[in-house]
Amino acid sequence: MLGTRIGESMAMKFRTMTRHIREGFKNIARNGWMTVASIAAVTTTLILVGAFLALMLNLNQMANKVEEDVKINTLIDRTADPDVITELGKEIKDINGIDSVVFSSNDEELEKLINSMGDDGKSWELFEQDNPLNHVYIIRAQNPEDTMKIAEKVEKLDGVQEVNYGEDVVQRLFEFNKYARNIGLVLIIGLVFTAIFLISNTIKITIMARSREIGIMKLVGATNGFIRWPFFVEGLLLGVIGSIIPIGVVLGGYDYLEKVVSGQNKYAFVDILPFNPFAWQLSLIILAIGALIGTWGSVMSIRKFLKV
Amino acid sequence: MILMKDVYKTYSNGVTALNSLNVDIDQGEFVYIVGPSGAGKSTFVKLIYREERPTTGSVFINNVDLSTLKERKVPYLRRDVGVIFQDFKLLPKLTIYENIAFALEVIEESPRAIRKRVMEVLEQVGLKNKARAIPDELSGGEQQRVSIARAIVNHPKIVIADEPTGNLDPDTSWEIMRTFEKINASGTTIIMATHSKEIVNTIKKRVIAIEGGLIVRDENRGEYGYEI
Ligand SMILES: Nc1ncnc2c1ncn2[C@@H]1O[C@H](COP(=O)(O)OP(=O)(O)OP(=O)(O)O)[C@@H](O)[C@H]1O
Ligand SMILES: [Mg+2]
Repeated sequence: MLGTRIGESMAMKFRTMTRHIREGFKNIARNGWMTVASIAAVTTTLILVGAFLALMLNLNQMANKVEEDVKINTLIDRTADPDVITELGKEIKDINGIDSVVFSSNDEELEKLINSMGDDGKSWELFEQDNPLNHVYIIRAQNPEDTMKIAEKVEKLDGVQEVNYGEDVVQRLFEFNKYARNIGLVLIIGLVFTAIFLISNTIKITIMARSREIGIMKLVGATNGFIRWPFFVEGLLLGVIGSIIPIGVVLGGYDYLEKVVSGQNKYAFVDILPFNPFAWQLSLIILAIGALIGTWGSVMSIRKFLKV
Repeated sequence: MILMKDVYKTYSNGVTALNSLNVDIDQGEFVYIVGPSGAGKSTFVKLIYREERPTTGSVFINNVDLSTLKERKVPYLRRDVGVIFQDFKLLPKLTIYENIAFALEVIEESPRAIRKRVMEVLEQVGLKNKARAIPDELSGGEQQRVSIARAIVNHPKIVIADEPTGNLDPDTSWEIMRTFEKINASGTTIIMATHSKEIVNTIKKRVIAIEGGLIVRDENRGEYGYEI
């Protein structure tokens, strides 16, 4: 008994929802050039957002890579005996925020040096008998930005001769990256809000033209929800349709960009995020932003007309 | 059923459209509202489905005080009151069929029931062949008949007709009046503002005459009472 009643009301909700979705689609067709104007606004902003996001995320990725390469070379006192060295290793590990500590003997260091020099390294082989290098601990911070703090602490430990991490460069790099990220974030948020504003304005104009129709619907007994749903569907559709071209641009453009960059990669150390999955993820983000600004724009702009 | 007590209505521009109006209409009555242009007839009927609210005084529909009726309950009141608007108020982008179906969609009728009922009323107002047209493609009289069809399609308890025959030829007018009498006979209250002396004097019903926002005459089986 109760079951059938719930069943009935569910069927009712479902078919009303079907009706709203159908009306949303029909409104796209009914509103002709207003639809075109809204879609054009969404398209333009999403292309901007897409291009900017691609740039930002790649820069961020490059910055991350550079930061991850930052490590602290701790030169161990040449006079330190093995006990002191082991003790030092433990002490370093106890410092907060340490990701890894790797011991590298002076022989290994010399080998690395020789390898990195290529043919020129041959001359260094002379030193294999009397190694001038120190044993080192190579330290990486969990959070690369903590590198400086950690280096300061390590420097004070017993058995440390010197710490080395390219002080100036690292400091400037981190500062630059921090600013770049913040500015990028602000720009993206600004862009999205501009987009929402632009689109809600466009939709507001189309709804203004329809305020009389909304008034009539209310006089015929439609609730606010009943009126709002098709607009919501319509906004969502406008956003989704508006993101088709930007997604095409992103996929096509990024594919081209990747070819150009990989063609030059032998010389340059620029390394962009791979097309798969990055371009797809970006497309998804664009679609999501499109859907969001479409629905948000239409819901916001319809609000005041419902108070009839 | 419909009860108004000491209703005053002053529009925001200072025009007083209703002036101490008292009226009581029972379920199932058929009432003509007559009076000169600008007398307040449309204002009076707009109070019933709460398009307008009285400045002072109160309006009761089925014992519900409209002044305390919550905003979100208003749509449900309006589903019980079918209105034939003086200016039709059709949705311009919807077809005739869709316009009429809208009143049934809001009460969440099943698509099959909607189709059946819409075709039925289209038949009743003689517009079956115009189902796919949009309002702009119709003559004034045809649009008026769509408005009539939409008002009666969901079997409301009250039908308000603000000059429903104003744009119709005599034959169609009588046809529409027969429809009204039929739905009235099935218990629907009908309130009809009209300037048609012929109709009022032929199909005798209760007549309320409004002049300058006041009821000046209220009689059962009354006459139109004005020249022209
Ligand atoms: N929305 C409004 N704002 C201001 N004044 C209005 C409004 N609607 C009606 N009026 C005024 O109120 C008075 C009564 O108008 P109403 O429309 O009720 O007359 P009516 O009897 O229906 O006339 P008609 O027979 O011409 O339809 C008129 O003086 C009119 O100008
Ligand atoms: Mg009027």
